[in-house]
Amino acid sequence: MEDNKPQLFKVTIDNIEVEVEPGTTILQAARKIGGDVAPPAMCYYQPLKGSGGKCRACLVRVAAGSAKDPRPMPKLVASCITPVQDGMVVENTTSQQVLDTRKGIVEFLLINHPLDCPVCDQAGECDLQNFAFKHGMATTRYEEDRRTFDKQDIGPYIQLHMTRCILCYRCVYTADQITQKRVHGVLGRGDAAEISTYIEKAVDNEFSGNVIDVCPVGALTDKTYRFKNRVWFTKPVDAHRDCPTCSGNVTLWYRGDDVIRVTARKNEWNEVTEFICNTCRFEKKKTSDWVIEGPTKISRSSVISVNKYRRDTIKPDFQRKLAASSYTDVDDERDTSQLGIQQLPPERFAQLPHANDPEP
Amino acid sequence: MSKKILLEHIDVPGIDTYDVYRKQGGYTAVEKALKTMTPEAVVEEVKKSGVRGRGGAGFPMGMKWSFLAKPEGVPRYLVCNADESEPGTFKDHYLMKNIPHLLIEGMIISSFALGANKSFIYVRGELMYVIYILEKAIAEAKAAGFLGKNILGTGYDLELVVQPGGGAYICGEETALLESLEGKRGNPRNKPPFPAVKGLYQSPTVVNNVESIATTAWIVNNGGDAYAAIGVGRSTGTKLISASGHIKKPGVYEIELGLPVEEFLYSDEWCGGIRDGHHLKAVVAGGSSVPILPANLILKLANGEPRMMSYESLSDGGFQTGTMLGSGGFIVFDETSCIVRNTWNFSRFYHHESCGQCSPCREGTGWMEKVLHRIEYGHGSMHDIDLLVDVAKKIEGNTICPLGDAAAWPVASAIRHFREEFEWHITNPQEATRPGAVYKGDMALV
Repeated sequence: MEDNKPQLFKVTIDNIEVEVEPGTTILQAARKIGGDVAPPAMCYYQPLKGSGGKCRACLVRVAAGSAKDPRPMPKLVASCITPVQDGMVVENTTSQQVLDTRKGIVEFLLINHPLDCPVCDQAGECDLQNFAFKHGMATTRYEEDRRTFDKQDIGPYIQLHMTRCILCYRCVYTADQITQKRVHGVLGRGDAAEISTYIEKAVDNEFSGNVIDVCPVGALTDKTYRFKNRVWFTKPVDAHRDCPTCSGNVTLWYRGDDVIRVTARKNEWNEVTEFICNTCRFEKKKTSDWVIEGPTKISRSSVISVNKYRRDTIKPDFQRKLAASSYTDVDDERDTSQLGIQQLPPERFAQLPHANDPEP
Repeated sequence: MSKKILLEHIDVPGIDTYDVYRKQGGYTAVEKALKTMTPEAVVEEVKKSGVRGRGGAGFPMGMKWSFLAKPEGVPRYLVCNADESEPGTFKDHYLMKNIPHLLIEGMIISSFALGANKSFIYVRGELMYVIYILEKAIAEAKAAGFLGKNILGTGYDLELVVQPGGGAYICGEETALLESLEGKRGNPRNKPPFPAVKGLYQSPTVVNNVESIATTAWIVNNGGDAYAAIGVGRSTGTKLISASGHIKKPGVYEIELGLPVEEFLYSDEWCGGIRDGHHLKAVVAGGSSVPILPANLILKLANGEPRMMSYESLSDGGFQTGTMLGSGGFIVFDETSCIVRNTWNFSRFYHHESCGQCSPCREGTGWMEKVLHRIEYGHGSMHDIDLLVDVAKKIEGNTICPLGDAAAWPVASAIRHFREEFEWHITNPQEATRPGAVYKGDMALV
């Protein structure tokens, strides 16, 4: 009797074996394992067809192409668009070459980024911030002027701050695939390329607000929320309403008793699970409009979960251990001796009180 | 006299017209291929000839053709890449302008071999007058029955379309060219899928350089083995070289691969030597994107043997002591040229032409250009040199298309071979920024 189930491919990523269906990309296979094994993705967005391959943040080394042809691939490959082969061996965090390259990618993405995080609405939930914090250097080698653009209102609800853009093309794919007509695209070339609507035409579409959610940085911002608050002061709550145009499943962001922002729900990889319409996003900002489901699950390591929960649910020792283990991850070679702050080497962290206590 | 294949009849007056071209033996290859050969036989001859892609990468053309997927009911396309924009390369322009029918003859044969019924010639937008020449030539060929429906009564149909590009260097990359041809923004595609499987309009497509396609006419007429007998080793046949720079006779030359570089540079038949009273300092052997080589390394290999004009000999020694044949843009510098300024100039070009799709190239090319500008104008510091090397290393190999490599190689090689000159610019800014000032330190001139 023939087996009708498709043959599963065995892939080894960072010495961890995983079985996936044929046609899966390396990135998706790594996400199946989860944690640090999953390469970072700045442009790839699973719900958007054709996205990926542009930011090069997810480059990995393929140490063996497949079981049949175990030669390594000559170059690093973009894991988000490279399908797995049976018996493929992938090195992500175990390859120094990959880590060095990734450090270079952070540097490239940041040289024209304004680093105005203190005034940026995206700070705290920014993919680039997370990526740079995890993989980048603390210093910059770039001394020249950064490119700048004027802020541009596209439509009544969205503001485009092109200076912050990293040209991931996610919003372009959103405009192509989610909205009924293509509302904007990329003009220009090289580092002068910009996301734009032709002759400053307003973006006018029921689903156009989703470009704000897909934007990995603060280039596309919600004008009804701009400068209202910092994301870590707000409290996310899952809610739904009966919406004629979209699914109505959203996340409400509360400050006190006020809903100050409505976004689509995102999964653990910061990808929108269901796109929502502009009415839900911009118009319905009263608790009475919504049926509340409960608090949104936010990663413990996210800044959004800071100050939200009772003290006894937090595990300080765990966090201190986390800090000690990630101490060497930050590449900071600056001389801090004159600052009066004595930085602790990792072995001193271990000697701190409570560091070795068992977790409660 | 060296063997001439493409430029055999270049001096015949009126060779750009159908009648003269036909009288010189033109279109006999089309007759031979369509009437006496099967498409597979033509592919086999091209394979036997060992001709390698003349656009720069040097991938064997017959092998590329045999990769073409042939699903039922899906059209196949041949696209001729005439978007020649590499600084220092002007051979395709010369060929199309002077002997347009040679390209058209090659297009008919190649389309027949690949089973394409509609083929495109994508010409860079700046060459509008060449487009008119090609269109006139296509009309003449059509009137003579070599294009259109039922060519020569064999039942084979072919339509040739000339498409002007928008004038972007990146559209010379094959997948960006296909995007542009489809009417979209010329961004290179992610590979795989390769064009041989999903190319133009998601159909199997072969993209070849003008010179490669033009070669097929001679191969069909004389056989693949005869072509393979010319040249040296795996570098078979002849190659058009666009010679420019500080030489006595700049121009387009057809050379037999395997010709010593020294002979090409100094013989009166070709470049005619460095201009009087000056000495050879450096050569960019294959268009601006290949590594620059100093005088001693371009004439001789690292082990002292003479270097030859062939794919293998030019790349001998890797990038440490070698370069690439590339597209055959042979740019010669004498001792009056400043390597830093030249590298900055190349870098400025790549910064301007980067499509901006993937981050290493978009940001890195601009960064390198700014740092080089700083060094050239006397504001550099010593760690800038290592910074450039590091940035070039981080771009190379990490981009979607080869433009990133092409931007990184000239910078990395200039620093590798001319580091003292960069250091001189940094340590003597006042002297270095005087107009016409050139490093006169210790270096190998020939």
